[in-house]
Amino acid sequence: MKLDRRQVLGLTAGAAVLAVAGIRVNPASAAAEETKKQVMEFTGGKEPASGKITLKAPEIAENGNTVPISVSVESAMSGDDLVESVMILAEGNPNPDVATFHFTEMSGEASATTRMRLAKTQNVVAVAKMKDGSVYSDTRLVKVTIGGCGG
Amino acid sequence: MNSTTLKWAGLLTAASVFAAGAAIAEPDNNTLVIDGQQLVTDVEAPKGSPLSRVYSGWRFRSPETQAFEMDDFENPAFPAVEQGEALWNTVEGEAGKSCATCHEDASETMKGVRASMPKWNEKLGKPHTLETQINACRTDNMKAEAWKWEAPNMLAMTAYVGLQSRGMPVSVKTDGPMQSWTDKGKELYYTRVGQLDMSCANCHEDNYGKMIRADHLSQGQINGFPTYRLKWGGLGSIHRRFSGCMKNIRATPYKRGSDEFIALELYLASRGAGLSVETPAVRN
Amino acid sequence: MAKAKPRVKVPKSAKAGEVITIKTLISHKMESGQRKDKAGKVIPRKIINKFTCEFNGTKVFGCDIDPAISANPYLEFTAKVPESGEFKFTWVDDDGSVYETGKKIEVK
Repeated sequence: MKLDRRQVLGLTAGAAVLAVAGIRVNPASAAAEETKKQVMEFTGGKEPASGKITLKAPEIAENGNTVPISVSVESAMSGDDLVESVMILAEGNPNPDVATFHFTEMSGEASATTRMRLAKTQNVVAVAKMKDGSVYSDTRLVKVTIGGCGG
Repeated sequence: MNSTTLKWAGLLTAASVFAAGAAIAEPDNNTLVIDGQQLVTDVEAPKGSPLSRVYSGWRFRSPETQAFEMDDFENPAFPAVEQGEALWNTVEGEAGKSCATCHEDASETMKGVRASMPKWNEKLGKPHTLETQINACRTDNMKAEAWKWEAPNMLAMTAYVGLQSRGMPVSVKTDGPMQSWTDKGKELYYTRVGQLDMSCANCHEDNYGKMIRADHLSQGQINGFPTYRLKWGGLGSIHRRFSGCMKNIRATPYKRGSDEFIALELYLASRGAGLSVETPAVRN
Repeated sequence: MAKAKPRVKVPKSAKAGEVITIKTLISHKMESGQRKDKAGKVIPRKIINKFTCEFNGTKVFGCDIDPAISANPYLEFTAKVPESGEFKFTWVDDDGSVYETGKKIEVK
C-alpha cells in the first residue's frame, strides 16, 4: 500500500486525536475502576444490590470544598437485621476514599451525615454491608461548579 | 491594538459573561431563622438608594449553603467564635488587662457594635472599623501587640464581637465627618478599574440575581462579616472579600485597612441599612 | 487555629430506647496531602483519621476518615440510649494526638 501525503497527514491527525482521547478517557475510567475495586474489596467480591440504602447529596454543589452528604439504610438495627458499615467513595477524586461509617445496635438507626470534598463533577457512591452478608449501594451524581467569585 | 480596542474587548467580555445567565434572576424566597430567631434578609432600600430592595447574600445561595448558617452548631465558623470568647477573657499586654477587664460581659457591652461600624473616631480623625477599634484597645489600653488584619485571632475576635449584634439592623452614620468618607466610598463603588474595566456596580447593582458563569451574583452586602466562606475553608474579613473581587476584575487590590477599603466598607454598610447583622455568615 | 477543638451536641435528656441525634464538629485543617505550597512542595497530609463514640463503655458509632472529608470535620449520627450515662467522643489525628470530650444524658 502506497500512501500519499494527504493520507499520511490524515492518519497522523487521526492517531493524534486517538492519543488525546486516550489521555482524556483513561484517568476517568481508571478512577471508576479503582472505585469498583474498592467496592469489591469492601463487599468481599459481592455485587451490591440497589435499594435499602439512600444517599442524599446536592445535585449542584456551590463549592467542592464542603459538600454535605447523608446516607441512611433501612434496617431494624437489631439481631441479624443490622447494618455493620457504610463506605462512601468519590469516583473522580484523586483518591476515591471518603469515609467508612461503622454502626452498632446502639446506633438505633443506620444513618449519618458529613461534609466532603469533591475535586470536580462526579459520582458519589455509598455501599452498605449488612450483618447477614448482603450488600447494597446507591450512587448520586454531584455537579461541582467553580467555587464562586472572589479569591 | 490601541487602547480603544482594548476597552471594547473588555466590555465585550463583561457583556458575554452576564448574558448566558440572564434567564435566571432574583434572590429566592427562603426565610433565615437561626435557633428560633428570624433575621431580616430583605428590606426596602434606604432613601436615595439606586436599589428598590436590599437583599442579604444569604438569599442568593443554594439551599445546602443556606442550611449551614441556620444552626449555630452546623455553622463551621463557631469554633472560631469560641476561640474569640476565650480571647475576650485572656489577659494580655503590659497593662495586665483582658477585653473583659473593661468591657465585662460582651453579650451586653458589644451589642450593636458590629451594626454601627465603621464609626467616626475623633481622636483618630477618621472612621474606626471593627478591626482598627480592637487593635486600638489592644495597643492603647492593654499595652498589647496589635493583631494583623487577617490573623486568626483577629477573625475570631471580630466574629465573637460581631455575633453580639446578630439580628440587629445594620445602621451606620453617614453624615457629619462621615460624609466625605461615604462620598469617597460611593465614588470607588462606581469607578471602573482593572483590565476588565468593571466597577462594583456592574456586578452587584446592575446584574445581581443573574449568573456570572456558575455563580449566582448577590448585591455584595456585607452584613455577615467576618464570613465563613466554603471556598476559603475559614473566616475572612470584608477587606479580604473586596480584595478577591478586585483580583477577579484584574485590578490591583487596595491594601486591607487602607482608606479606600474603609471608605468602601462604610458606603456598602450604608447601602445595606436595615438588613440584619448575620455575623458569622456562611457563603460559598 | 493551633489546637483542634471538639464540639458536640447531645440532648440533655431522652426517653429510654429513644433514638437521639448527635452532632459533632472538630476544628481541624484536614490537610489533604494533595496541596502544594508556594515553592511547589507537597504539603504533607495531616488529618483526623478516626472518630469513635461510646456510651457507658459500649461502642455506638465509629468512622474511618479519609482526606476527602472537609476541613473542620462534621459528623452527625444517631444513638439509642437505654439508661442515663455518659457519651465519650474520641478523634485521632495523623500525628498521634487524641482529642476527647464527653457529654452526659439523663434517661427518664
